[in-house]
Amino acid sequence: MSLFGRFKDTKPKSANIAKERLQIIVSHERNRRSAPSYLSALQNDILAVIKKYVDVDADQIHINVSQQNNTSVLEMNVNLPD
Amino acid sequence: MSEIIVVTSGKGGVGKTTTSASIGMGLAKAGHKTVIIDFDIGLRNLDLIMNCERRVVFDFVNVIQGDANLSQALIKDKRCSDLYILPASQTKDKNALTKDGVAKILEELASDFEYIVCDSPAGIEQGALMALYFADQAIVVTNPEVSSVRDSDRILGILQSKSRRAELNMEPVREHLLITRYQAERVENGEMLSIDDINDILAIDLLGVIPEDTYVLTSSNEGNPVIMNEISHAGQAYQDAVGRFLGKDIAHRFLDPERKGLIKRMFGG
Repeated sequence: MSLFGRFKDTKPKSANIAKERLQIIVSHERNRRSAPSYLSALQNDILAVIKKYVDVDADQIHINVSQQNNTSVLEMNVNLPD
Repeated sequence: MSEIIVVTSGKGGVGKTTTSASIGMGLAKAGHKTVIIDFDIGLRNLDLIMNCERRVVFDFVNVIQGDANLSQALIKDKRCSDLYILPASQTKDKNALTKDGVAKILEELASDFEYIVCDSPAGIEQGALMALYFADQAIVVTNPEVSSVRDSDRILGILQSKSRRAELNMEPVREHLLITRYQAERVENGEMLSIDDINDILAIDLLGVIPEDTYVLTSSNEGNPVIMNEISHAGQAYQDAVGRFLGKDIAHRFLDPERKGLIKRMFGG
């Protein structure tokens, strides 16, 4: 790197971008791998129940199971239309 | 007691066959009777890397299907008497590898060999699943590059859920990370994932770091595993990895860029 390059080089290094992207996708894929097999059926049932009352799309519901110490946490996010 | 080692990666072209050849040769040269099996049915290449492509008569699938004995298909290495190669079939389809068939061959090999190195094909289909299913240890070959790291994580997930050890609730497959094509200079410039970056994500035992090295290509041109080239950095790094695999405590080398002398720096080099 030249003397002048040192001052103007504020762009994040590509290796750092790579690492951040990997951390996100790998943790996402690990969660999906460890998710119980009934999760997608459960998601469909919950969606059907919610649809009885509110008109939402399937992609507005996110269900996730995560492990915290000794307990499994089932987390559900529903974006209700305005 | 025989150990089954799978060399795997998920992604293609990261150096599985190069690694299988060098690790296999290194173990055999250390006095351990070793066989390397090519699981890449339809696309065999280990024979070329090991310089025995013209000596293939029978292959892995011939033995599974009962058309040949194991002793007819095994090729003895001409450089090291403790090393044998079991070539993949070039013609049969990949579904020719059945779990029972592979199990029977591995069992037969286990009575005669200390180490059975399974060179996995790329991907996560039948050939790759069969290569890792029976493994006691896994060497996961990874390039410092996003798609390779992601695929390695995927393969680790499969080792932890679909291997024989996982299915039978045995002690898990011992996982080792082997980073290949590492360029210290680019890491220093922030252009390439570092060893620490990869370790943070995959978090498994680091068996070795193989630097990018022009000798890898020339060795494959000549059909010599690069570990036999004692002046090459890649060869030395493989030798270190074999030592670590056998339980020796060896510091990692070639992790920092080579400092260029003044003359090289002035004239470029």
